[in-house]
Amino acid sequence: MLDMIARFFNKDNGGSREIARERLRLVLVHDRSSSSPELLNALKEDLIKVIRDYLEIDEEALLVSLENESDSVALIANIPVKSFRRAVNE
Amino acid sequence: MKGKVIVITSGKGGVGKTTTTANLGTALAMMGNNVVLVDTDIGLRNLDVVMGLENRIVFDIIDVVNGHCKLKQALIKDKRFDGLCLLPAAQTKDKTAISPHQMKNMTNELRKEFDYILVDCPAGIEQGFKNAIAGADDAIVVATPEISSVRDADRIVGLLEVAGLSNARLIVNRIRKTMVKRGDMMDIDDIIDILSIDLLGVVPEDESIIVSTNRGEPAVLGTGSRAGEAYRRIARRIMGEDIAIVTDETNNFIDRFKKILKLAR
Repeated sequence: MLDMIARFFNKDNGGSREIARERLRLVLVHDRSSSSPELLNALKEDLIKVIRDYLEIDEEALLVSLENESDSVALIANIPVKSFRRAVNE
Repeated sequence: MKGKVIVITSGKGGVGKTTTTANLGTALAMMGNNVVLVDTDIGLRNLDVVMGLENRIVFDIIDVVNGHCKLKQALIKDKRFDGLCLLPAAQTKDKTAISPHQMKNMTNELRKEFDYILVDCPAGIEQGFKNAIAGADDAIVVATPEISSVRDADRIVGLLEVAGLSNARLIVNRIRKTMVKRGDMMDIDDIIDILSIDLLGVVPEDESIIVSTNRGEPAVLGTGSRAGEAYRRIARRIMGEDIAIVTDETNNFIDRFKKILKLAR
């Protein structure tokens, strides 16, 4: 019974398994993005396609990257806008 | 008849590629298949000692590639099974002594004689890896439940996909049930979730592997080894049999409660 209680508490605290899983998830986001830059490029091109319908953007200056924080990874897109379109292009 | 070429790889070293190759090859031969084990870890050969065949080596894979001997002359017959052979790696050359093209030709040659050609891949992702996967139809990725191993396995799965081997299957090796239970080791589901490839089998951490390696007798030969039993099951799965994968690493409260109830009864 004591063993069970101990295990229960251990689980509440989260064993090192949780830490491993979370660290691995984060490191793989980064590994996968840097091992296939084509993926980010494809994303960038698709982003341009969508945004072009709404905004006139500076496609040359567009930057898309993944940035690592301590406990998360963020997709950062810096997209300079030249002007708004008057109507949505269908 | 055309044999199947299966590469056993992992990225990281020391996770059990050679042990896995030796045991799966032996198990497949036990079940009546003609099997050849190809050691591609040139410069660091070890499959010969794990199989207990190190004293019989005359020629090696580089001798074959350079035409110093016929392919059949370099094949070492296993002591225990007629249908089992080893093609040893060279110990003195380096990995550039063979090319992916030569490797492909050689495995195609072996296909004619054997049902299964198991290729033991060196650690790393350089030339040795490229050679090992060159002629493969299928890939088995071995990983242990550690961050470093799973991370490397992820990289390997990506590289295999690029090389056209998108059907890689995973063996989780050296899992420790008690550590999984107390939440100090990633479980099978964690690893499968992350790598998103099919699971081929689970091998428990087992001291008998060290004993069997000491003796040069793969664990599948004995009856008392849990790892050996796991490898025999994996071999049957490779042959296409549909047998359940025993993970037995469940760790939720209800399961534990059920176990306690069973004990009390």
